[in-house]
Amino acid sequence: MLEPIITFDDDDLVLEAEKTSVFYGSLLAVEDVSLQIPRNAIVSLIGPSGCGKSTVLRCFNRMNDLIPGTRITGSIKYQGVNVYDEGVDPTDIRFRIGMVFQRPNPFPKSIYDNVAFGPRVNGLTDDLDSVVEESLRRAALWDEVKDRLDDSGLGISGGQQQRLCIARALAVDPDVVLMDEPASALDPISTQAIEDLIRELSAEVTIIIVTHNMQQATRISDYSAVMMVGEDRVGHLIEYGTNEQVFGNPVDQRTEAYVTGRIG
Amino acid sequence: MPNEQLDYQLAHLEAEIVLLGGLVEAAIFKSVRALRNRDLDVSREVIVEDDRIDDLETKIQNDCVEQIRRQAPLAADLRRIIGMMFIANELERMGDYAEGIAKVSINMGHEAPLKELEDIPKMADLAVSMMKRSIEAMTISDRDASGKLAIEIENDDDEVDRLYAKVQADILSLVEEDRHRAVRGTYLLWVAHNLERVADRATNIAERSIFMSTGVMVGGNAEAQAAVSG
Repeated sequence: MLEPIITFDDDDLVLEAEKTSVFYGSLLAVEDVSLQIPRNAIVSLIGPSGCGKSTVLRCFNRMNDLIPGTRITGSIKYQGVNVYDEGVDPTDIRFRIGMVFQRPNPFPKSIYDNVAFGPRVNGLTDDLDSVVEESLRRAALWDEVKDRLDDSGLGISGGQQQRLCIARALAVDPDVVLMDEPASALDPISTQAIEDLIRELSAEVTIIIVTHNMQQATRISDYSAVMMVGEDRVGHLIEYGTNEQVFGNPVDQRTEAYVTGRIG
Repeated sequence: MPNEQLDYQLAHLEAEIVLLGGLVEAAIFKSVRALRNRDLDVSREVIVEDDRIDDLETKIQNDCVEQIRRQAPLAADLRRIIGMMFIANELERMGDYAEGIAKVSINMGHEAPLKELEDIPKMADLAVSMMKRSIEAMTISDRDASGKLAIEIENDDDEVDRLYAKVQADILSLVEEDRHRAVRGTYLLWVAHNLERVADRATNIAERSIFMSTGVMVGGNAEAQAAVSG
């Protein structure tokens, strides 16, 4: 019988949640999540609404810090270092671990300035043009926007805006990109473009993606983690393994019930 | 929250498979009875009625594809639908074996079989019983019970193989005594071979039933045992 939660060699890990619990004020939202993310993998986080997927995702680059009253126990190790240790600058972490959100959120600036934003904050001034071009190429957007880099980032289609946000995340050359339902607001063609892009990027970066679309999870990811709210109304990680396991023959009955549409 | 639409459709597909099994059962018994009674009209009926089996199999395949398209099923649901597509195909092929027996009977004309049919009806009884139990293994959700049935079927397949070997030996010795019996002997060998294939396909269905309930693909008795108890 397979284990419900897969583990990896320490040498292969880029991120690791160890007994991570998250409180919003006095409310325990997520309890004791232990989740190992191997380098250059694509990992899907799935589960019913309110199970804590996005909460866990935001722990990885300390985005939860921005929500008042959030408290975290356990640890989140990036390259072996707890990102919540004193002395760790969350901004540094967010350069290493980028994020793409559900709704495309370009800055109200030109396409060029959107992509150049991160490198400029990092103090890069030389060679910005090539960084912008390279990032837009990696996000499979260059050919569509190369003649209008000075146009507003808000003036392109939703699918293009989302790829612009991915280019913006890539411009600082992150190790990991977190994606919170990056294609849920897009049409099938744009979704396909994002999915193709995610697969291509995984050669260089590790990707953790929250998705409600289980077919998407089976298509793009290497591993899937399933979260579920128990009767205690707290989110738990119940199963984590290959897609063959999670979507083909789950170990946990609750996973089976969820992926076959019986609960959630 | 049950997935009522999909549950209903899966139950409907199961009922269609059971119906297909019934048509195949009738075709096999009828083809062997017609052979024994030298009733060529009944043999011809078996050939005509095989179209119903083919049509129902096509309908089941289409219905399965439709449910995959609509529901994008996963895990146990996906295994059940894929399993039923496979089983429908196996049953359709069993229908072809019945049709094959009918054609042999017609080729024999009004000539009596080379020898009294003893083991061939036994093979037919056992193969059909295996087929019916293999479908039962598919429909019951209790994986232990389904696994037990599958193992029983695998054992019965050995018995069918034994009967087939006996039929072969009997016929070959009759032919050795008088080579003019070769053509009539060959007819009966074809019939026995077709029944042996029916039993093999029943075994395939039983193995597929284990896959449907456990997600483990097995290829033999020991593996079946391990999958069910594991």
